[in-house]
Amino acid sequence: MLHAQNVAKSFTLHTQGSVTIPVFQGVDFTLSGGECIALTGESGSGKSTFMRMLYANYTCSDGSIRVFHDGDWLDITTASPHSILEVRKRTMGYVSQFLRVIPRVPTLEIVAEPLVALGAARDHAMDKARDLLTRLRIPERLWQLSPLTFSGGEQQRVNIARGFIADYPIMLLDEPTASLDAQNRATVLALIEEAKGRGAAIAGIFHDHETRDAVCTGSFDVTSFKVGAND
Amino acid sequence: MEQTVNYSADGATAYNFAYLDEQTKRMIRRALLKAVAIPAYQVPFAGREMPMPYGWGTGGVQVTAAVIGPNDTLKVIDQGADDTTNAVSIRQFFAKTANVATTEKTTEASIIQTRHRIPEKELREDQVLVYQVPIPEPLRFLEPRETETRKMHALEEYGLMHVKLYEDIARHGHIATTYAYPVMVDDRYVMDPSPTPKFDNPKMNDMAALQLFGAGREKRIYALPPYTKVKSLDFEDHPFEVQTWKDECGMCGAHDSYLDEVILDDQGNRMFVCSDTDYCTERQEAGHRGPQHHDQPLGNAAREKAAE
Amino acid sequence: MTQISNPLLRVDNLTMMYGDRVGCKDVSFELRPGEVLGIVGESGSGKSTLLRSISAQQEPTKGTVQYNTRIDGVCDVYQMSEAQRRLLMRTDWAFVHQNPRDGLRMNVSAGANIGERLMAIGDRHYGNIRSNADAWLGKVEIASERIDDLPSTFSGGMQQRLQIARNLVTSPRLVFMDEPTGGLDVSVQARLLDLLRGLVHDLNLAVIIVTHDLAVARLLSHRLMVMQQGKVIEHGLTDQVLDDPQHPYTQLLVSSILQN
Repeated sequence: MLHAQNVAKSFTLHTQGSVTIPVFQGVDFTLSGGECIALTGESGSGKSTFMRMLYANYTCSDGSIRVFHDGDWLDITTASPHSILEVRKRTMGYVSQFLRVIPRVPTLEIVAEPLVALGAARDHAMDKARDLLTRLRIPERLWQLSPLTFSGGEQQRVNIARGFIADYPIMLLDEPTASLDAQNRATVLALIEEAKGRGAAIAGIFHDHETRDAVCTGSFDVTSFKVGAND
Repeated sequence: MEQTVNYSADGATAYNFAYLDEQTKRMIRRALLKAVAIPAYQVPFAGREMPMPYGWGTGGVQVTAAVIGPNDTLKVIDQGADDTTNAVSIRQFFAKTANVATTEKTTEASIIQTRHRIPEKELREDQVLVYQVPIPEPLRFLEPRETETRKMHALEEYGLMHVKLYEDIARHGHIATTYAYPVMVDDRYVMDPSPTPKFDNPKMNDMAALQLFGAGREKRIYALPPYTKVKSLDFEDHPFEVQTWKDECGMCGAHDSYLDEVILDDQGNRMFVCSDTDYCTERQEAGHRGPQHHDQPLGNAAREKAAE
Repeated sequence: MTQISNPLLRVDNLTMMYGDRVGCKDVSFELRPGEVLGIVGESGSGKSTLLRSISAQQEPTKGTVQYNTRIDGVCDVYQMSEAQRRLLMRTDWAFVHQNPRDGLRMNVSAGANIGERLMAIGDRHYGNIRSNADAWLGKVEIASERIDDLPSTFSGGMQQRLQIARNLVTSPRLVFMDEPTGGLDVSVQARLLDLLRGLVHDLNLAVIIVTHDLAVARLLSHRLMVMQQGKVIEHGLTDQVLDDPQHPYTQLLVSSILQN
């Protein structure tokens, strides 16, 4: 479903004397349907950067990242913004650690939005959003409020609900269980299992071993591609 | 028209014929020709200072001065009346500066200068109606920029006129504009017949007489050649309507004329009379009588007396 | 299947000079139906000049602006007759000014403000115009009973929403916005952003929005153009430009935002 080849990334910080910070190079990575691969590596190894590159949030310094989209392979490092937006809309979902929403929009709408954007009936999308919010234990009285007023854990669960509402063929999960209690973590694990079950290709960063061991079918260590790792 | 020099009674050299010098009259005539060629298009002209203040009909007076000849007979009305200050002074002005005949009778006049009304009696091809216009630009109400209004006329962008009518209906439940009611001329230019009451708008349509409009302060001339299509703007669901009165004219009993309300006393008694004094007089002479008519002599003072 | 739609707007090498001074230089891009393009940059970077030149308000020194009109297909905006261009500007295009007073008629009612464009294209049924105006008041969250009130009696946020309704009533396909959330309180801004985003989505509007507020750009636009000294120095997917900026100026711009 996703195929990264010889990927490299470095940041040039123009505001700090144009210093160039290499992150990694020569990364080859493949993700297939039904898999859940944990991206691992110590803090600063670039696993988060790598995941953002898979989502085309960060640019690639070198190499290619091809995504199976609409029956064809598309290199998102060279694709037009339109194509990338289409990939994100229909093929690749992303659960980030940050909730970025317009203030004032009710939680229910925010969760339902990706499904509505895909052309689903509004009622159906709303039903599914209610279902997910219930499973993730967001009290119903909060559904009509903006999640910006919520606690960190509640915001995280809204993010997860939004990420899982559409059945994307590829899913990227950035620490989905980071600030969750045991019950909610179990729910997220169940959601991941369901996605795997329908054949989704999943890559994730998980901060704890238990989660990783519970759902992952393999792991991928970014550290070994670190520039200067073996110097 | 030949250059004529008038002499006053004591023999001293007085005014050029009809006050304006010949070059000025030629300039105004050229503007008038252009105005007639493009119905309702506002033609700028180099308006002159006249020996009367703006607002007293300086635009109309200049147009009249440019078209009047020694053989013309002039009638001047203010509202519909021949005997108001403004009408009387303009009539005297031309009697003095052009030595032309004047009349109060619509049928006898070859040129009629008016401030508001169009005579009730249908005008003929050999007559000219000259309007005194205070504000020639119908779009001015909503668009203060002259550059923009000119462009809107040029491109026939007239949506704004309906915005004004929309506001009327929104505020009053009907189109409350009763005078200066905008019209579409010859399916091309929107024109402001200001400050004519909308009662007279239908008379402008397909009129046999030539209609000339002069705005002195704003120095614009526009015209309607004989038999020009003039349509009052309206909405499909709020069609144009003229004013109607429940009453008839107290003096002549007319039901079809534009009526003025006259307050008779401090008790609130009132009567309605024709605004067109000539029309009213003629009807009375023909034997028509309204409810307040007591066969007294005519005229405003007499009417008031009659009502006592 | 990827949706390929023809560009709605195509700008080529647009250059606006004020004597020797550069307004904007060699700007080229395409905009598709339903696409939101943000233009960011500091004051004086040329973004408003660019917007005026694209929106047919100021003829550029060089370059072309082509628009895919509903009736005649692709037309060069500056080669059209003035009548055609003005018709385009009040039907298929819309312009939302930063200051609502520049975009509203302050001396006529809210209803007439919305109805004006309808009347301008020949709608002559008062009842229809009014019910249309009323429906649009609802869409921009202004109470029906304010329909006959003058805009001067409205708050700044309401005036801005009225301006949007007035512009969108003819179902334009392309909307130009110049700092639409500019002079508004933060809470009012949020409401407007929410409204704009909903309308853009529901009506499939293409939008070119000029803003110096990167948060506004992030929430509304699909693509972002960063301008400096009249030139486009970075152009791409909004989150890519903001999260992984390549150009020194963009990095400076992004790092200058106050975090909260």
